[in-house]
Amino acid sequence: MYSGMSQESNRGEKMRNTYKIYLIGVGGQGTVKASTIVGEAAMKKGLNVVMSEVHGMAQRGGTVVTELKFGEVHSPLIEEGAADLLIAFEPTEALRSLNKINRESLVIVNSAPIVPFTVSLGISEYPELSLVFEELKAKIKNLVVIDAQKVAKEAGNIISENMVLLGAAVATPNFPVDKELIIQSMKENLPPQSVEVNLRAFERGFEEVEN
Amino acid sequence: MKVGEILTGKEGGKLFLLGNEAAVRGALEGGVSVVSTYPGTPSSEIGNVFYKIAQKAGVYFEFSSNEKVALEVSVAAAAAGLRSFVFMKHVGLNVAADSFVSTVYTGVCGGMIVLSADDPSMYSSQNEQDNRIMARLAGIPMLEPSNPQEVKDLMKYGFDLSEQFQIPILMRTTTRISHMRGIVKLGPVIRGKKKGFFEKNPSQFIVIPAYVVKMRKELIKKLIKIEQIANISPLNTTIDQGGSKLGIITGGGAFNYVMDVVTANDWKVKILKVTLSYPFPEKLVLNFIKSVDSILLAEEVEPVMEKEILAIIGKHNLNKRVYGKLDGTLPRIYEYNPDILFNGMAKVLNKVLPKKEWVFTKLPLPTRPAVLCPGCPHRATYFALKSAIKKLKLKEEEIIYSTDIGCYALGLEPPYKMGDYCISMGSSIGIGCGFSKATNQKVISFIGDSTFFHAGIPGLINAIHNKDKILLVVMDNRITGMTGGQPNPGVPVDGMGNPAPEVSIEEIARGVGAGLVKTIDPFNLKETEKVFKEALQFEGVEVIITKQPCAMITDAENRRKGISVKYIINQEECTKCMICVKNFTCPAIYVAKDGSININPLLCDGCGVCTQVCPKKAIEVKK
Repeated sequence: MYSGMSQESNRGEKMRNTYKIYLIGVGGQGTVKASTIVGEAAMKKGLNVVMSEVHGMAQRGGTVVTELKFGEVHSPLIEEGAADLLIAFEPTEALRSLNKINRESLVIVNSAPIVPFTVSLGISEYPELSLVFEELKAKIKNLVVIDAQKVAKEAGNIISENMVLLGAAVATPNFPVDKELIIQSMKENLPPQSVEVNLRAFERGFEEVEN
Repeated sequence: MKVGEILTGKEGGKLFLLGNEAAVRGALEGGVSVVSTYPGTPSSEIGNVFYKIAQKAGVYFEFSSNEKVALEVSVAAAAAGLRSFVFMKHVGLNVAADSFVSTVYTGVCGGMIVLSADDPSMYSSQNEQDNRIMARLAGIPMLEPSNPQEVKDLMKYGFDLSEQFQIPILMRTTTRISHMRGIVKLGPVIRGKKKGFFEKNPSQFIVIPAYVVKMRKELIKKLIKIEQIANISPLNTTIDQGGSKLGIITGGGAFNYVMDVVTANDWKVKILKVTLSYPFPEKLVLNFIKSVDSILLAEEVEPVMEKEILAIIGKHNLNKRVYGKLDGTLPRIYEYNPDILFNGMAKVLNKVLPKKEWVFTKLPLPTRPAVLCPGCPHRATYFALKSAIKKLKLKEEEIIYSTDIGCYALGLEPPYKMGDYCISMGSSIGIGCGFSKATNQKVISFIGDSTFFHAGIPGLINAIHNKDKILLVVMDNRITGMTGGQPNPGVPVDGMGNPAPEVSIEEIARGVGAGLVKTIDPFNLKETEKVFKEALQFEGVEVIITKQPCAMITDAENRRKGISVKYIINQEECTKCMICVKNFTCPAIYVAKDGSININPLLCDGCGVCTQVCPKKAIEVKK
């Protein structure tokens, strides 16, 4: 759905028929895994769901985007300004995706920065973190900031930050899939030995938003 | 979902599959017996799945040495009456083209599908070629799926069509179809025959002129018959949204964008989705054109259907306006998305474009180019070579770095800047030969192990026979790395996961007569630098093999063994000389806000090469 147009004119029926989640992170953060878990859970619920993911050269330390669309949809790409939910696994990546959201979108941002090597080399710049958060607050109405790295560490493993963010997303009001189905899907998609720690991370993320 | 479910998933069940995974399931439901490939994104995951399940599925699967060989393996299987499936990225079909085109002449006995995964926008490719043109060049029937369900269903349909007309079928996907996930309803898996039997018939399988003149005639006859099918096939369908003013002709990924835009905005148009798209269904299209006032072509990359339609309009003397790429309604380059289609369609339908309400940031955002991983052996090779060049006081402008397709092409990035020329798989050596003859500059060619086996060997033979002066660095990381880690002829395992003979790069280099051949471990910087110094002073063809497994292999092994080594910087010893940051440039090493240099434990791979780089020996194992 083209935001700013059909959402304005048709607020109601059409909007409720679709839900769109835009996930952005850096290669290695587990955005694809988190998205697949949501997609499979949605399928179990009986929703139509399509997803776009990134493989290949683009994954090596670069920005990684996955897109999920639910409902009456065909293509896996989200229109400008049309994401209902943006999950940014890194603060500057949230700023990079502002064109995907509108005033009503909900945005979850991991506050833990990942500074690329280009910054140490002096060929690119990472803005002052406080400015990044000021900018996020200024530009986004419905903003949730979580230190997913810290929460994941407390839950038992720092690499579970994707599950912290997933938990946070599932706790948001309009999330299209039930928590139980997500948990079931996690168990089916994660290595058995890491399910427990990931579930802990997921619950912690869930609580962050619910409280 | 576990990968095994692609095989074991029950009929009537549903899986959330990637387009590439759906291709595997489709092949299994079509009773495939022989599967071959050379890895290439966006088709790579098809092979990764077969690699895991082929044994259990009772299917023969191999990672062939290149796409041409892969195609030939599948062609022979189909000639022997088995169903076969070969897949590759779009440019892989260029490598296979010689056999591909003639295979359409000879035809097949068992069904055969050639899948080409095109890469509009070139996310991981060297060009944006549109292989729908290859279908026309070869005269091969083509199917274009729009989603994973269609990928799966069309595999089975393709096998049947292929057998019916004894002709291979081209399945054209694009990145957004190969890497799109969607719900796929499963059918039954059919076990293919284990072995076929080749019935001799030289007039079908030998392409001497006396035979091919007849084959050419037969091919055209087949295409005419298949066009009749395309004209009435339910694969080519009309979707009437309640309007005859504008007719949109589309297919593949572009169909999805059209549908999303039309449904969201409730636009009254008529859509023709062309899935069995070559031979182009002229009669069907003609009737569609006649039923609407004007036509918009929604197709990605080249105006292939647009030109077909202009030809039909010309042939039948119709007066219809055609919107598409040729009149600038839609862009000629890069992949489409719903916004591009919205804008194009809004223009044609005279709709008012909505005012953009979204916001952007003025803050500078860091760039994140693709980079060699922490622990990547290529970084060590580049560092040692750079040091050798510096110590020999060779001038950078006097050296031409001819590089190749693979992760190591990232060596072109600063600080190494060791990539001046790269065009195709294996080209580093042939290009090196040319520069060696055309200039007095020093030529250094880089090639990976898999790429060497793929297309590097003829170049090396050429260099030796024609007395070129090249330092060839074969960066043997024991894997086909860029595509996600597939085995190649240099490693002791095959596509079925069975033990296999390792083909020795060193013995090939010696066997064809390279003057200096040495294998070194690039993680030993001192020794590597020494060998490079020697090689750089040698006149002739030198082959230096830097052998050290890809960091992905080492990581997996360490995880299995429970080993985790991390390094830290001893801040008391560190003089902030910046050599590790600026000259070595491992993504795990960074400068903190206070100016201190640190190693990110989340990224550190534990290779320890940085300890050799540090002149103060300030980097040590974290306890």
